[in-house]
Amino acid sequence: MEKLLEVKNLEVSFQTYGGTVKAVRGVSFDLHKGETLAIVGESGSGKSVTSQSIMKLIPMPPGQISGGQILLNGDDIVPKTEKQMEKIRGKEISMIFQDPMTSLNPTMKIGNQITEGLIKHQNMSKQDAKNRAIELLRLVGIPMPEKRVNQYPHEFSGGMRQRAMIAIALAANPKLLIADEPTTALDVTIQAQILELMKDLQSKMDTSIIFITHDLGVVANVADRVAVMYAGQIVEMGTVDEIFYDPRHPYTWGLLASMPSVDSDDSAELAAIPGTPPDLTNPPKGDAFAARNSYALAIDFEEEPPMFQISETHFAKTWLLHPDAPKVEPPEAVKKRMRQLSSTFEKPVLVKEGK
Amino acid sequence: MAKYIGKRLLYMILSLWMIVSATFFFMRIAPGNPFASEKKLPPEIEANLNAHFGLDKPWYAQYWEYLVRIVNWDFGPSFKYKSQTVNDLINEGFPVSFLLGMEAIFIAVALGVLLGIIAALKHNRWPDYTAMIIAVLGISVPSFIMASFLQYFLAIKMGIFPVARWESFMHTILPALALASTPMAFIARLTRSSMLEVLANDYIKTAKSKGLSSGVITIKHTIRNALLPVVTYMGPLTAGILTGSFVIERIFGIPGLGAHFVTSINNRDYTVIMGVTVFYSILLLVSILLVDIAYGIIDPRIKLAGGKKGE
Repeated sequence: MEKLLEVKNLEVSFQTYGGTVKAVRGVSFDLHKGETLAIVGESGSGKSVTSQSIMKLIPMPPGQISGGQILLNGDDIVPKTEKQMEKIRGKEISMIFQDPMTSLNPTMKIGNQITEGLIKHQNMSKQDAKNRAIELLRLVGIPMPEKRVNQYPHEFSGGMRQRAMIAIALAANPKLLIADEPTTALDVTIQAQILELMKDLQSKMDTSIIFITHDLGVVANVADRVAVMYAGQIVEMGTVDEIFYDPRHPYTWGLLASMPSVDSDDSAELAAIPGTPPDLTNPPKGDAFAARNSYALAIDFEEEPPMFQISETHFAKTWLLHPDAPKVEPPEAVKKRMRQLSSTFEKPVLVKEGK
Repeated sequence: MAKYIGKRLLYMILSLWMIVSATFFFMRIAPGNPFASEKKLPPEIEANLNAHFGLDKPWYAQYWEYLVRIVNWDFGPSFKYKSQTVNDLINEGFPVSFLLGMEAIFIAVALGVLLGIIAALKHNRWPDYTAMIIAVLGISVPSFIMASFLQYFLAIKMGIFPVARWESFMHTILPALALASTPMAFIARLTRSSMLEVLANDYIKTAKSKGLSSGVITIKHTIRNALLPVVTYMGPLTAGILTGSFVIERIFGIPGLGAHFVTSINNRDYTVIMGVTVFYSILLLVSILLVDIAYGIIDPRIKLAGGKKGE
């Protein structure tokens, strides 16, 4: 499979009055054509900043990409100017935002909000663009698109607006779609419809998707691969099966254990990860998760764990995979779902720096 | 829409009636009368004058007569300016005040919005600070001081503009500038804060993610949404500029309506006070109506009651 996007050791920081916040601290991943990568993590883990950095949408200043590369089709976009980025945004990479109530311009007709990008990127005439907008609205499942195209956002419901948002994002046939919690602000039935729509459109248009969410149920539904982020770093990455059935990082265990399941007991309290994420102005020494981690080893407080490779596609950043680490049992809720996967290496392999 | 405007007109007439009544009674409560001057008039003459102007009748009869006259757009004769009616005064003075006012509003809105936009786009950088220093100066320096400054520097020292009087277009610039300085500063601050608010909105990020340039985003997405508070301010601004122009008219020796308004109060020139008040009230009410209609055009979410749904 062809690599569409390669992020290498990305570092993003923000200058604030309180000091420099290192929001993203060395994130690396790649994305193939037509693939869906989910980035999960709690609020403040750096998942949105990572994705917005890919479009260079973070406000600069105070934000700054302080290191690393973002290769789109092999071409690094970090050094690109605003003018060059305008040709990439909307055309190569598009974005859907979390809240469809606020991400559409309230004083502009839906149709014009779709055609703007078309006129800019594909040099369409106004009439052609409008016809294409109607077509796109039909494609995303909006009834009576000829009428809807002339309406304003306040005449649309939340789910309809998110559909319109998807139409805007897909207008110029982008190769990469970044969906930043696209279903979080919607109710559950609409969520399912939007996810279904996105999967359907992806197979039609062969778009790659980066799907940012904190909802593991959504992840299981849409993703091919999952990256778990914590405190500005990817702590575990693997295929959906690997993350759900063979998680290795204690933070992933915590996330999975805190997910309610159909067969969970009524009386049992939902598990939670204690504490709060660390302050990224002064990231803690060693493993950022150590303070909240009941499996933390002494070394976690001293030295940052390296990345270990568990299979061709599965990576985790924890000392527990070190050959000298004591054997630990994951929490009961996670153990229940554990499965032996055939692709797993015999032993975790330490990933050499520079990979 | 027509239904809405009709309804609004009805309310306007109601408010107008209340304004007329309040002015009428407060004016009568104020001590003194139009013929009280240093020289005591013989009682017979005063009685004659009162009879001539209908002041000898009981208050309710005067009140009723006045209402009837206003409905016929007749404000009656002036008590002080012999042989001139209030309608004459308005017809003479208003065009001048109107021209001055419109020029001032134009300057205030054009410069104010421009300064506000520049300040917001260059937030926390030197253009922002410069614009806001200008705005603070504009708000805190009263217009009559601004007028004197302009006269001193631009007219007397540099000789670019005439000092006073109302003769040519050049004569109108200094008074319009002086009149516009405070509202301009206010509009600049208003535009800046509402621009900043709009710029922080998600849909600006959406626009950016479509690959639009920052110029297009500002023009098509930001300004229109940011102008609503400015439009709100236009109604009171229009009234304020038209009524507030009397100080400036005095300083620059302009034969406008404002001067009559002030002197008529000192003179207890009942009909002039009433006439000018009613006239200004109508202006204010109409400008507020226009602002409300402009809202509906700028922001499609604001539906004028009585308007068709989904339009």
